[in-house]
Amino acid sequence: MSGLYSMDKKEFDKTLDLTKIKPYGDTMNDGKVQLSFTLPLPNDPKAEEAAKQLAKKMGFEEPNVAYAKALDKEFTFFVVYGNTVHSVDVTNIKVHVVETEVMDMHQTNDFIKENIGRKIVIIGASTGTDAHTVGIDAIMNMKGYAGHYGLERYEMIEAYNLGSQVANEDFIAKAKELKADVLLVSQTVTQKNVHIQNLTELVELLEAEGLREKVILVAGGPRISHELAKELGYDAGFGPGKYADDVASFAVTEIAKKMKK
Amino acid sequence: MESKLNLDFKTAEHARQTAKRIAETTHGFIEKHTSVTVERAILRLLGVDGADEMGIPYPNIIVDHIKDKGGLTTGAAVYLGNAILQKKMTAQEIAEMVAKGGLDLVALPMGNMFEIKNTISTIAKKTVERIKSNREQRDKYLEKYGDKKGPYLYVIVATGNIYEDITQAVAAAKQGADVIAVIRTTGQSLLDYVPFGATTEGFGGTYATQENFRLMRKALDDAGAELGRYIRLCNYCSGLCMPEIAAMGALERLDVMLNDALYGILFRDINMQRTMVDQYFSRMINGFAGVIINTGEDNYLTTDDAYESAHTVLASQFINEQFAVIAGLKEEQMGLGHAFEMEPTMKNGFLYELAQAQMAREIFPKAPLKYMPPTKFMTGNIFRGHVQDALFNMVTIMTGQKIHLLGMLTEAIHTPFMSDRYLAIENAAYIFNNMEDLGEEISFKKGGIIEKRADEVLREADRMLEEIEHLGLFKTLEMGKFAGVKRPVNGGKGLDGLVEKDKNYFNPFEELMLGGTK
Repeated sequence: MSGLYSMDKKEFDKTLDLTKIKPYGDTMNDGKVQLSFTLPLPNDPKAEEAAKQLAKKMGFEEPNVAYAKALDKEFTFFVVYGNTVHSVDVTNIKVHVVETEVMDMHQTNDFIKENIGRKIVIIGASTGTDAHTVGIDAIMNMKGYAGHYGLERYEMIEAYNLGSQVANEDFIAKAKELKADVLLVSQTVTQKNVHIQNLTELVELLEAEGLREKVILVAGGPRISHELAKELGYDAGFGPGKYADDVASFAVTEIAKKMKK
Repeated sequence: MESKLNLDFKTAEHARQTAKRIAETTHGFIEKHTSVTVERAILRLLGVDGADEMGIPYPNIIVDHIKDKGGLTTGAAVYLGNAILQKKMTAQEIAEMVAKGGLDLVALPMGNMFEIKNTISTIAKKTVERIKSNREQRDKYLEKYGDKKGPYLYVIVATGNIYEDITQAVAAAKQGADVIAVIRTTGQSLLDYVPFGATTEGFGGTYATQENFRLMRKALDDAGAELGRYIRLCNYCSGLCMPEIAAMGALERLDVMLNDALYGILFRDINMQRTMVDQYFSRMINGFAGVIINTGEDNYLTTDDAYESAHTVLASQFINEQFAVIAGLKEEQMGLGHAFEMEPTMKNGFLYELAQAQMAREIFPKAPLKYMPPTKFMTGNIFRGHVQDALFNMVTIMTGQKIHLLGMLTEAIHTPFMSDRYLAIENAAYIFNNMEDLGEEISFKKGGIIEKRADEVLREADRMLEEIEHLGLFKTLEMGKFAGVKRPVNGGKGLDGLVEKDKNYFNPFEELMLGGTK
């Protein structure tokens, strides 16, 4: 057996090394990972061995099949633990994150009064065929989400939540009509990358209308990252765990920046 | 029934009577109208099916043809009956001829109305017989296998491909699912037609087509035979084609249908006048076909706060119950909806959920209540999510909810993996078995948190219904009283498909179906 997959390797360096970060189970650098998956195989010893070998190929030492259960004649569910052999160098990582300082509702209102000097208009919608309003509601509705007030409650923001299944063309028409400063697009359904097509189409339409540079364009949703949004031509992207405060702070800071230019 | 909550049933009865008047007033408007999809549903039930080479369904071609020539006020059945009588052809042959431009139904001289109605009624009776035999077939299965006593475990499949859906549905049935719902593709609710044939492409779901219904029905009957259980099939009779989907479901023996105009108005921005008219005929068909309808009050709580707006759910359930009564549905077919959606960090949130569920159980004692799992506060923390689902399962077994939508620990991450569904079923089966008779053993403390909460919600719902009666249902919706969503009476999608009936209007199925099982 190669040293890489040695079953008796118990000794390892237990000091934190940012150039070689590993998962932490209960000891520094133990590399412990839990995972679960289903194999299209009947639940028998062969399937269990297949699960172990798969875990090894994924880079886990000493894989332990903690649980195996037949879901159907031909499908078996596994819970597997292992120690990963891999590590990452955190000192070399660069990530795209929204770097605006996050302000609460009152600070944002004050910021708008001082730096913009008028109410700003934000419109939001779940666009395309997407029928889910959970995301856009969490950001915009008066009540907000998890204790963070929504944009409708902001004194200095005129917020319009257009709801779900808004066609990109209608969204742009509304943006013109309301002279929107900020456009929020929520995408929840991501099957077969339908959200990418839809988000891209909106950018293209905005560019064709000569509006893209005039507005702050923000995407949001459970599978949206800032990096993805930037790639698609948006000013920012907000994923899970982001609230109205994050979105509002970013938007007003960007508007203020544009005004100074 | 003795109330565990010490509920004031006088207030409940007052609320019910108010809801009855609200429904009757609205029905006055409904009765005067028909719509393009109501007429298409009638054509489907009279044997018009299929689509032309462009994929446009024949029912759409015929109804548009009659509407463009101003004939729809009399109803499509009359024109079709007239043509059948004069041309001595079948409904399908007439439809294909019209589609090719070979026949103008409205220009054709109108024959004797008595004979036309006779011709149509003869065909309609055959369809009604087929639906009746479907209902009998369901009863036979239930007699043979027995029906499940406790909650029905309801799971969704949503691959976009009907054949893949079948694989997943059969696996779910084997794991213990009692109801399989095939989620529709995103956006189908806004299509003013129903696609034709088996489909393999969809986003977030699979097209509802009659052929897809037939394929899934067959697969579930086969799986049921193997398992010795009747597996119920559910689809979505909402959106712009409510009665057509109901007709297709009746013909292919679906068992459960989402069927709620209020849902379409609030969450799909469908015009309220149009969809109330559509709802009436769709519920009539569902009622006759023995289908359990599900209403969408649970959705109010995804946009509105589940604690503060709990009374809007109850008020809406009262209204939905009365619309169902008018359409001939029995109480046993009313799957009134609600949901476990209170913020998880709320102190005593579980007690309030329990109060709401027990209250619904006592106010609608025979209704197979539909209870939705937590979705709004599912975060991607699958471990806490599994606990949230466990609490939800406990409420169901303690309060006798019937149609139990299984919560998935991966809600808010992806459409369920096969293993997610297994874990959900295992969670529910564990709790339902382990706590089976707990509800029978407990009564709630007099004057305690749970009793007081139920009383408060009932009183607020009663007050809200009085206000709705005063305003009228349409005005209430305009003001955003439900789900915090405002919809204008002339706004939304589909209003151009609404037609006022004239005095000769004829729908052969009203008379045949409204008698219910008679």
